[in-house]
Amino acid sequence: MWRDNLRAIFYIVLKDMRTYYLKPPAISWGIAFPVAWILAFYLRNPRSFQELLPGLVAMTILFSTTAAEAVVINFELRLGSLERLLLAPVSLPAVLSGKILGGALFGLLTTIVVTTGSALILGAHPQVLYLILIVLPSLFAFAALGALLCVSVKEVFEAQTLLNLPRFVMIFLCGVVFPVSAMPKVLQYFAYLMPLTYTVEGLRRSFTGGSILSVLLDSLVLVGFSLIFIYPAFGLLKRKFE
Amino acid sequence: MNNQKAIQVSGLTKYYGETLAVDHISFEVEKGEVFGFLGPNGAGKTTTIRTITGLSKPTSGEVSVLGLEVSSKIMEIKKQIGVVPEISNLYDELSAFDNLLFMAQLFGVPRSQRRKRVEALLKMFGLLERKNSLFRTLSRGMKRSLTIASALVHEPQILFLDEPTAGLDVLAAHSLRNLIHNLKDQGITIFLTTHYLEEADLLCDRVAILLKGKILKVGTPDSLKALAQEGSIIEFSFKKGDPQFFEDLSKRLPEQKVVPVEETKIRIYGGIPSFILQSVLELSQEKGLEMLSVNSIKPTLEDAFIKITGLSPTVMRVEKEKKANVAG
Repeated sequence: MWRDNLRAIFYIVLKDMRTYYLKPPAISWGIAFPVAWILAFYLRNPRSFQELLPGLVAMTILFSTTAAEAVVINFELRLGSLERLLLAPVSLPAVLSGKILGGALFGLLTTIVVTTGSALILGAHPQVLYLILIVLPSLFAFAALGALLCVSVKEVFEAQTLLNLPRFVMIFLCGVVFPVSAMPKVLQYFAYLMPLTYTVEGLRRSFTGGSILSVLLDSLVLVGFSLIFIYPAFGLLKRKFE
Repeated sequence: MNNQKAIQVSGLTKYYGETLAVDHISFEVEKGEVFGFLGPNGAGKTTTIRTITGLSKPTSGEVSVLGLEVSSKIMEIKKQIGVVPEISNLYDELSAFDNLLFMAQLFGVPRSQRRKRVEALLKMFGLLERKNSLFRTLSRGMKRSLTIASALVHEPQILFLDEPTAGLDVLAAHSLRNLIHNLKDQGITIFLTTHYLEEADLLCDRVAILLKGKILKVGTPDSLKALAQEGSIIEFSFKKGDPQFFEDLSKRLPEQKVVPVEETKIRIYGGIPSFILQSVLELSQEKGLEMLSVNSIKPTLEDAFIKITGLSPTVMRVEKEKKANVAG
């Protein structure tokens, strides 16, 4: 059975990458939006740009992983294509894992391009091991968050609206633009309840140096967020088919 | 349960919240037969298919497919069944070829056989020339054919067809019915739900008639038609319709079943033909209704359906039109 599920996950990811991830909604939200933000910050103040780089890479991860979730989940639920997948010898968790993995993979490709490009242009030398430890769980956490929000609603537009809420709250509260430490105490508590804070902190350590233990802790918290988002997403999707 | 049967359903019940969709139904489908599920909207046809194919869990009851319990062996069962849902739901962004290839990949068709099998199915369904066309650019009939082809890519033993010809033009529906005949000849068991009573009559070895979640009757089309043959069936056609006339006629013939077939046609089930004829003639003259024709009718499956369910055939006709508009 696990072989059937693994095979299905692999082909669902391939199909989704081909069918959805190179389409306008994914490109505009997943690539163009973060790149536009990066350019805007760079043009505003090229000298302090290096300080903003971890936050902007984190934003790239957030937007690219969640870019097509509404389409790959809500659109397919509406058309009945998701149900078609379940008629194959594949379990429901495997189908949702395929959808989440597709988002994470698209996010990974985008993040590699943005991080490599920015690092080369700015002459930054991030620690690759730290980057891997932070980027991989972040990709899964945000793809799973996207999946959870999408399975909570019916329509594509509802999912896209719902996705924008945590995206924009996290941009302003999680240290992307302003350091968390510079915010009022109450907002700092809120910030540490959100996964993007740990992504930004971990990335900052990757670019400016820090202890591996702190990076590992950020990484573990992000793994925890992934699980917190994935389990209810499975449950909600299962309920749709009962 | 007996593993000689293709499908065995025993006491199946399904609630959606407070709504009872399927109410303690039991039936068996033999290997190699075409079994039809007939009923109006809300009868429980699609819910039954969803439960047999593992998409939906039953509230109670037992379901087995090819001797395997759906509750515990659904993954093995899925490898042996193909399902064609009511709506053609393949991927708009993929070509006909790629849609079938994706299904072959999902079902674990060996890599060496995938392309060969996809090409063979495209040829069998007359879609080889359109193999590179995107699904969204195909006609409704082609989409339906490709959806059926996608359910056959892993060579299932049982094929579930939910309203296979809904929304198709006459020619496309005819060629699809021929195809269903061919599939039966290849030994595939076919479980068919349909609104089209004449289609069920043509295709099915046995049919079950459902209403409000219950099976009212199971039998061969001929045995069900024989039920409707118990008395005479006379059809009267008038120049114009008059609902009051039909009402008055029902009062005048309280022992018989007076069923309006169309606006200007009625059928009268049972009774002595000469008495019926005299009564209708008298009343039509009183009402000034011009009678165009009188026919003695050999019962069809539709007549059997009317007799068994008590529903007017117009109910099914209106639903058929609605289905035709949404399917595709």
